Amino acid sequence: MILYDYVLSASCYKVRLMAALIGKTLSLHAVNFHPAQEHKSPEMLALNPKGTLPILQDGDTVLTDSADILRHLTAEHPEWRSPEDDRWLAFASDLNNSLGLARLHDVISYEADIEKARAAGVAALRKLEAHLTEQRFDGLIFLTGKTPTIADIACFPNTALAPDGGVSLDPYPSVRLWMRAIRSLPGFIEMPGIHRLHELAHPA
Amino acid sequence: MTATIDNHWYPVAMISGIQAPRETLLLGKKITVGRERGTCWVKDASGNALPTVERFGHLWTSPGQPNRDLFTIPEADSPGRRLVDVGSVKVKCSPLRAVENFLDIAHFPFVHTDILGAEPHTEVDRYDVKIREEVDEVWATKVKFFQPQAAKSAEGGITTEYMYRVPAPTCSVLYKTCPPRPGEWDVITLFVQPLTDEWCEVWPWMALYDDDSTMSEMVSFQQLIFMQDRSILENQLPRKLPLDPGMEVPTQADMTSVAYRRWLKKIGYTYGAQLVAA
Repeated sequence: MILYDYVLSASCYKVRLMAALIGKTLSLHAVNFHPAQEHKSPEMLALNPKGTLPILQDGDTVLTDSADILRHLTAEHPEWRSPEDDRWLAFASDLNNSLGLARLHDVISYEADIEKARAAGVAALRKLEAHLTEQRFDGLIFLTGKTPTIADIACFPNTALAPDGGVSLDPYPSVRLWMRAIRSLPGFIEMPGIHRLHELAHPA
Repeated sequence: MTATIDNHWYPVAMISGIQAPRETLLLGKKITVGRERGTCWVKDASGNALPTVERFGHLWTSPGQPNRDLFTIPEADSPGRRLVDVGSVKVKCSPLRAVENFLDIAHFPFVHTDILGAEPHTEVDRYDVKIREEVDEVWATKVKFFQPQAAKSAEGGITTEYMYRVPAPTCSVLYKTCPPRPGEWDVITLFVQPLTDEWCEVWPWMALYDDDSTMSEMVSFQQLIFMQDRSILENQLPRKLPLDPGMEVPTQADMTSVAYRRWLKKIGYTYGAQLVAA
């Protein structure tokens, strides 16, 4: 499987992280999204007319939507799926269009109504915090239950990267605990802006 | 603003990225950058043309009257090197903090874990630092550090040798062991555009020997490294770089930083800096 990848993209990271957690090796093809806008080049548009990343190529199958890619990767991993996933995959796009946009604005000068993007991001974080707090009352740590699913992997990157776009995570203790649970998963990999847990978290 | 600060050259754009005229900030003031018939221009808020230099793939300008040419990097001109436009990243930190971070080696195992450093190889051996008065630059030499993946072109861990150079207050050039050509230095630069005294646009640029990696892979590698630094830089306190001792306690590994701060104070470069009242 080939992942057309941009190292700083939260959506590409969802795919890299999911693959790492299920022990699947991806062949990474680096795309110069910034500054060269290589994702809009004729070669890339031939592969994905939408001109977006990530793109996953698996034999003749080409997938260009990160939610579809997460479903595809876990097709034979029912432990990573829940009936509740779909609503959280939709919520993950809200995070991408708010926190994700604020981040692209602050880091690589994307055009955006930054105050509006941040306000929508804060609204989404409050929903996430409320839900994860309810989960904790029920003794559950992840979005859909006791174990993580593609819902968690889809929502984690743009949430964890919120400070890159000027949105603090300090007011959301349940969100922070949930992020720590994800960072503790065996096989977890980091991306710039999301650090791995220091080994002090796992004393020998 | 004093002439001491205005009279330096500053990077304001990557030449290959200039399309329609673009507004940006330089030292807190609005400027516009554009290109007409292949020639780049910069104008201040009143529409006056500012001086320009096109070098290292970037456009440079000055709001004052520079009394010397922009520095050169002769090594970067040698044939066979690939010149890499990395593009810019904006960071909410003092421009001087961005340069200082680039000069620091001790953070590698903790911020660039398993790439530029790894525990337990955390010790920074003694190295040489001096202010070269004849060229008015800060130089650190004989810096050695163990690195798991020193460059995109490195296979496995190697002890990398570095030289650091600060040829202008908001620019740094580093020369490091070139994995495929041990006799040569790779050149990696950090050009910092001070948008304000606590906000900057950082333009890394590289001149490397690497015949295997794609351009996109080399850009990705450098952006990965720099973005690992960004969240750290945005959380450093005090926000402005203290030029007087007392606010922060340096260690042996911080000799380059100490020399950089001392040099900034000597030349009177205080934009983005904090001075303690005596």
